[in-house]
Amino acid sequence: MHGYANPARFLRLARLLTAPLLVVGGLWTLAVLAWGLLGAPAEQLQGETVRILFVHVPAAWLGMGGWSLIALASLSELVWRHPLASIAARAAALPGAFFALLCLVTGSLWGRPAWGAWWVWDGRLTSMLVLFFLYCAYLALADAAVRSGHGNTRIAAIFGLVGAVNIPIIHYSVIWWNSLHQPPSIGMAALSGKSAMAPEFLYGLLAATLGFSLLFGGVVLARMRSILADQQTESRLRRRAMEYADA
Amino acid sequence: MHEGLNQLAFVYAAYALGVSGTLALVIQSWTAMQRAEDRRERSREQ
Repeated sequence: MHGYANPARFLRLARLLTAPLLVVGGLWTLAVLAWGLLGAPAEQLQGETVRILFVHVPAAWLGMGGWSLIALASLSELVWRHPLASIAARAAALPGAFFALLCLVTGSLWGRPAWGAWWVWDGRLTSMLVLFFLYCAYLALADAAVRSGHGNTRIAAIFGLVGAVNIPIIHYSVIWWNSLHQPPSIGMAALSGKSAMAPEFLYGLLAATLGFSLLFGGVVLARMRSILADQQTESRLRRRAMEYADA
Repeated sequence: MHEGLNQLAFVYAAYALGVSGTLALVIQSWTAMQRAEDRRERSREQ
């Protein structure tokens, strides 16, 4: 990881990957969603609403994945002082918050016809809502650190690390507590071909998750490049202002 | 389902939100990156 601590080296790699990730991820996702909407069969129990899962499951995965990235980057910032870690954490926050919100909204749209309710205070739903609030708080903390001008993002990093305790709570909520939400259907068993889910849904969900993940990667890289460029512009202008002041 | 809800209306709403929201996120991130990198190049040339 420290090989990419040099911003110039990171930028070379990021410039190479950003557009391909967005283009390939976008086309792949659109193709999978078109199949999910028009080609996938309706499910015996859930009927047409099963199609919502091709948006809902990747959104849930990326909502949790985004915070996992924030936690790893925060750990890297606090322990190893990796210079790009706080930039990576800040870049992942807004996309992560978006996907956590998309997960909640699409879950609600699935729940209304399937459960007869837009919302229930269930362990899985509530812990996902808490994750969205954690994202909002993280965005506010990181923004405040940048606006204060001293660039100290340690408080946001500690918050990012502590907030990670919610990720296993979300994952195990359907096992620990009685829940309307179904238990995990995709796990290691799915990869070895022993999933309880019908193959056409399982492969569709995996394909949709891959497409959205490629898009997420492209968005995070674009946002990292944006933050890095802003920092470089600011430090150049500050240096020039000091040179004028000295002259 | 007991109320005779049109399931496809919920499906279309979820897809519309998913696609339009993701597209907006991608466009906003890309344009912010382009603007920031343009500002950096201008500051280098000045």
